[in-house]
Amino acid sequence: MADVTNGDAFVEFERVQKSYDGENLVVKDLNLSLPKGEFLTMLGPSGSGKTTCLMMLAGFETATHGEIKLDGKPINNIPPHKRGIGMVFQNYALFPHMTVAENLSFPLEVRRMSKSDREAKVKRALDMVQMGDFGGRRPAQLSGGQQQRIALARALVFEPELVLMDEPLGALDKQLREHMQFEITSIAHNLGITTVYVTHDQTEALTMSDRVAVFDDGRIQQLAPPDELYESPQNSFVAQFIGENNTLEGTIKEIKGDHCVVQLADGSLIDAKPVNVTQPGEKTLVSIRPERVEMNKERLSPDAHTLKAEVVEFIYMGDIFRTRLRVAGKDDFVIKTRNAPDQRRLQKGEQIEIGWLAEDCRALDA
Amino acid sequence: MTDSTAGMTPEEARRADEAHTGPMLAADGTPLKKSLARALRRQKLRALGLIAPLLVFVLITFVVPIGDMLLRSIKNDIVADTLPATVETLADWDADASELPGDDVWMAFYVDMWFAAERKEHTRLGSRLNYEQTGVSSLFRKTGRRVDRFDTDVYTDQLVDLDPSWEDPASWAAMLDGPAADALPLTAETWERWKEFNVEEGDAVLEEDVPDFLFTTLYYELNNGAEVDGMSDRLDAAKAAVGEFETVSLQEQFADADEDWLDPEVWKTIQLYSPRVTSGYFANSVDMQLTPEGIEPRPDNQQIYGILFKRTLFMSLVITGSCIMLAYPVAWLLSNLPMRTANLLMILVLLPFWTSLLVRTSAWKVMLQQQGVINDVLVWLGLVADDARLTMINNQFGTIVAMTHILLPFMILPMYSVMSTIPPSYLRAAKSLGATNWTAFWRVYFPQSVPGIGAGSILVFILAIGYYITPEIVGGNTGTFISNRIAYHISSSLNWGLAAALGTILLVVVLVLYWAYDKIVGIDNVKLG
Ligand SMILES: Nc1ncnc2c1ncn2[C@@H]1O[C@H](COP(=O)(O)OP(=O)(O)OP(=O)(O)O)[C@@H](O)[C@H]1O
Ligand SMILES: [Mg+2]
Repeated sequence: MADVTNGDAFVEFERVQKSYDGENLVVKDLNLSLPKGEFLTMLGPSGSGKTTCLMMLAGFETATHGEIKLDGKPINNIPPHKRGIGMVFQNYALFPHMTVAENLSFPLEVRRMSKSDREAKVKRALDMVQMGDFGGRRPAQLSGGQQQRIALARALVFEPELVLMDEPLGALDKQLREHMQFEITSIAHNLGITTVYVTHDQTEALTMSDRVAVFDDGRIQQLAPPDELYESPQNSFVAQFIGENNTLEGTIKEIKGDHCVVQLADGSLIDAKPVNVTQPGEKTLVSIRPERVEMNKERLSPDAHTLKAEVVEFIYMGDIFRTRLRVAGKDDFVIKTRNAPDQRRLQKGEQIEIGWLAEDCRALDA
Repeated sequence: MTDSTAGMTPEEARRADEAHTGPMLAADGTPLKKSLARALRRQKLRALGLIAPLLVFVLITFVVPIGDMLLRSIKNDIVADTLPATVETLADWDADASELPGDDVWMAFYVDMWFAAERKEHTRLGSRLNYEQTGVSSLFRKTGRRVDRFDTDVYTDQLVDLDPSWEDPASWAAMLDGPAADALPLTAETWERWKEFNVEEGDAVLEEDVPDFLFTTLYYELNNGAEVDGMSDRLDAAKAAVGEFETVSLQEQFADADEDWLDPEVWKTIQLYSPRVTSGYFANSVDMQLTPEGIEPRPDNQQIYGILFKRTLFMSLVITGSCIMLAYPVAWLLSNLPMRTANLLMILVLLPFWTSLLVRTSAWKVMLQQQGVINDVLVWLGLVADDARLTMINNQFGTIVAMTHILLPFMILPMYSVMSTIPPSYLRAAKSLGATNWTAFWRVYFPQSVPGIGAGSILVFILAIGYYITPEIVGGNTGTFISNRIAYHISSSLNWGLAAALGTILLVVVLVLYWAYDKIVGIDNVKLG
């Protein structure tokens, strides 16, 4: 799904910019297109412009520049109520003075649907989120998770082709959140609707989405399926934002194809894969996942570079061991090892040697 | 386990059983309900302790005075207290016969009037009865000046001529201590009042001359066949002689003082207002009057309170309505602006509170009067001819404009406080669900802002219905409220009873409206902040 051509794009942002105050761009040059049926997540730190993008798509904010297209047609001048986009708000925005059934039948009423049609659709939508018995209650009489389901049902009851969700699970506890993640994705896939989902939570983004757009500073830093995002981050922001990550500062010593040698501040050399560095002498930040660090020299190629490290801390975590090391003068280098029978438990103060496969270590922008 | 159960006596088993099926027990063995009630009671006592100072304050400064005031609307002690004997004898008088009361009433009235005049209570009574019948006040005042110069000394002289001992107060005291008191009840009672009066004045009754009215009552009772035979020689002699006495007609004496006493209407009024509790004030305040036949409507040209009540209600409703219309958009705007701007504008809303009410009202006078700013501008623009300037003040229009302006903040504030708690996401949600701007507002926003409207309306309406200063200044004749009339009765006509009755009716109307509001909208839907 990643290789979409603009031709069959259902939602399209073209060079969209947004500024609230005329001084700062909150969204800078946003280009994004997603095909019908895709579940896309916008992930990024607070204030990175995710909600703003969603609001522009829903029509509650206007883009300062650029064009947003829905199903091939520009929608900049279409008012929100004619866009036919379902939306789930972070605080659910269930109308407190209406019952659950009235909330659900509201979008149908404004579409002048007949009473019997409305009742049938409301019932079906309630059954879909397993809330069939709650039609007569007020939103205030529901738990957070139940309100969430109703909000979802309300956004879907009028059968929109596009649904936007702004941190819909933010207020739920972990267990309920995981359950709802599953329900939302399965409903979205069963109905075949296109979904744009906003979250803070990277686990949520990775588990739910077809593709994830990582936002920072008003730009999409990387747009990729979850596995690619985790394993091949395109820049150091994405590398650090997604999952746990070790970084080392250095300078490129030499580049040969997709292999390069990086010299760290203390002079030691390491192997890496050049991602967005091009020539020797460039400053770089290399990134390596804690589970890809190797302590067993025999598993590395003979000419691989290794680093000396001192164990600072050893933490037993059940399925894995987490060991903190001092490497190249800094003591925040973490490695994770599986709790396997042959795995040795390192002692504090122990001196070891570590290395890695060049393709696991990515030399990114500094 | 079965063993241990089997080892129990039946009594023990029953108790164990009860412990399971009986009431839930708290950890210390007391029933759970009881210990819960105890815990709650302690909380309630603490709460009571916290509000106690306010409660006492409100009780002393509000409930008690208001209650006392409201009681005045039915209290009517003054007639029975000032004219006790008259009230008693007048009870038998048939007001419908349109005849003057009999001698017994005149006799009792003479005694009562004498004491009232000495105690200077007759003028107060006069003003009280003047509310019911005009002219009574001066009637009492005039008569009070004359009552101790009535020609009743003829009885004194004639009795003293018969036996000089009649001049000795001690002999009266001795006589009325004995069986004569039963034979001469009026004289005995009057003697008691005379003694009391002397104690009040700090005089000794035995050193004072026996007053003429006692000789008059004695004559009256002897002449009417009091059975004093054989009690004392001088009483026998007097009884034998009274038939031949030269007499004075008390009725004529009173008529000399003021011939209005010959008007049965005066006596009807006194009779109607003799009871200590009267419905007269309430009857008056709904344009009715007490008559011997019952409560009847007043003549049309005397009906004012019905009109005033209706006008007060109507204008308060109009003022509340115009406040809603003006305040709603403002509150909406305020609640949708960023905090900083909203606070700044809020100061503008509250600005009127910083200027004196009188100044604001007078400013309206300047604006609205015929030679005022608005008229000048209209004339200058040519919209209104110079000789046809609009009358916008000293009528209902002026009152409505000025009071809407003055009460507006009381509408904006609760509306704003409710609206600022309605998240904008509701409107957005409604629009995203396909509602037009209007539908989203009407179906989603407006119902949630109703508590603010309700609170503001109750505040404004209740304030308006009792408003006084503004209608007084800009209301003229057609724009005044019932409260202006109440104020008039409190401070000018001093008819506090009527003022209290009007106030009570106003209070009841407000409570009824409040109740109706609760039934229709629900008071739990009101949010005052
Ligand atoms: N109505 C507004 N007026 C002015 N600035 C705004 C407005 N809404 C958002 N911003 C600014 O735009 C930037 C992006 O906001 P946005 O709400 O899109 O962030 P976000 O990515 O959704 O963050 P979060 O994860 O915290 O919800 C922020 O710096 C915010 O301060
Ligand atoms: Mg957001």
